[in-house]
Amino acid sequence: MRLKNFAKALILTALTTPVLASSSDTNHSDTDHNEHTVSDQNEAVDTKEEIKSYIMHHLEDTYHFGIWDKAGISFPLPVILFDEGLHVFSSSNFADDHGHHDGIAESNGKHYKIDHAKIYRTDAEGTINYNKPFDFSITKNVMMIIITGLLMLLLFRSLGKSYAANGGISKGVGRFMEPIVLYVRDDIARPNIGEKKYKKYLPFLLTIFFFVWFLNIFGLTPLGVNVTGNIAVTFALALLVFLFTNFTGTKDYWMHLFNPLGNAMPWYGKAVLYIILIPIEILGIFIKPFSLMIRLYANMQAGHIVLMSLVGLIYIFGNMMGGSLSFLLAFAISLIEVLVALLQAYIFTMLAALYFGFAAEEHEHHDEAHAH
Amino acid sequence: MVGAGLVVIGVGIGIGRIGGSAMDAIARQPEATNKIQTAMLIAAALIEGIGFAALFAVS
Repeated sequence: MRLKNFAKALILTALTTPVLASSSDTNHSDTDHNEHTVSDQNEAVDTKEEIKSYIMHHLEDTYHFGIWDKAGISFPLPVILFDEGLHVFSSSNFADDHGHHDGIAESNGKHYKIDHAKIYRTDAEGTINYNKPFDFSITKNVMMIIITGLLMLLLFRSLGKSYAANGGISKGVGRFMEPIVLYVRDDIARPNIGEKKYKKYLPFLLTIFFFVWFLNIFGLTPLGVNVTGNIAVTFALALLVFLFTNFTGTKDYWMHLFNPLGNAMPWYGKAVLYIILIPIEILGIFIKPFSLMIRLYANMQAGHIVLMSLVGLIYIFGNMMGGSLSFLLAFAISLIEVLVALLQAYIFTMLAALYFGFAAEEHEHHDEAHAH
Repeated sequence: MVGAGLVVIGVGIGIGRIGGSAMDAIARQPEATNKIQTAMLIAAALIEGIGFAALFAVS
């Protein structure tokens, strides 16, 4: 029953995304319909530019939480700057009369302005001198990360509690989460890291799996957030994987890096090969998390661009036929994106587990291989 | 732009071949489905990464 409800919620989410995204632009389609005889060419160019800027704006991080900017539904968020002293003020200080966030904010005698989604220091007239203060603001993405963290804390704490209260049987939403937790344990962590050490890495893998999955799913809701499609976020996740891999690396892991051939070759042979091999192995340490970072970022970013471009096509066609076709296509892509959201979380966790497996390897299994 | 298109064609062929081969493998050994799927996804993810790298290099 709960599973059914969840599936319903997922489908509803996918449905509402294009609907809400499109409804904020309805006034443009009206003008298109009225005068698409003479000024069709000019209108098309303008619409294209507007769609482009709308998509780009959606992909960026913002200082206010705009759920539906054009209807004025948005929340200000705290701006925290460190610039010869602490400056804390609301992001609504940037707003001008039209609700655009491109005004000048004043705080303790210093002036700031948002340019291309970043805060710069300005003078009183608003001339940007491209000096950036240290920015610790709670932006939209930071807000969403905090919300997701709290949600996970609540969800999995209650799951843990229900085990204790119910004699080892989960209850409520935990019944939906339990098989997924078990899947991560038995099909991701165990085979890749090994029976002996998987417990050490399991909490991190579970956290990263649900964190990435939840944020990917939130990216598909009408909240309009794009957290995992932000390279800074994926960089931080990949950095954690990098640190975990290298700080838990065993002796065998480092031996594999700096002496991959072992006793298979005399030293003069190895000396020639190692000039090439060791730099490649060292590069590999960095390329592995780097590819994790790029993969998640590029997938989510590309998903958002494709989805919003398809919705934007409705206004470029400007007629019933093309509009409904684009809508159907956007709907189909939305459903695929729900799958991709899970798949990317799975692949991130899977590859992280694989790298942890390299770090945790110990060379006893060579003897096992001989015994077989 | 043309280069990115070529890379995407290559990525398409690559992922298609991975998927096809995995299908063959699963048909031969249905009991190994889980392992084959895992290996398939990893390989597909690696190729996909190259495709995205090319696309981002262009844009």
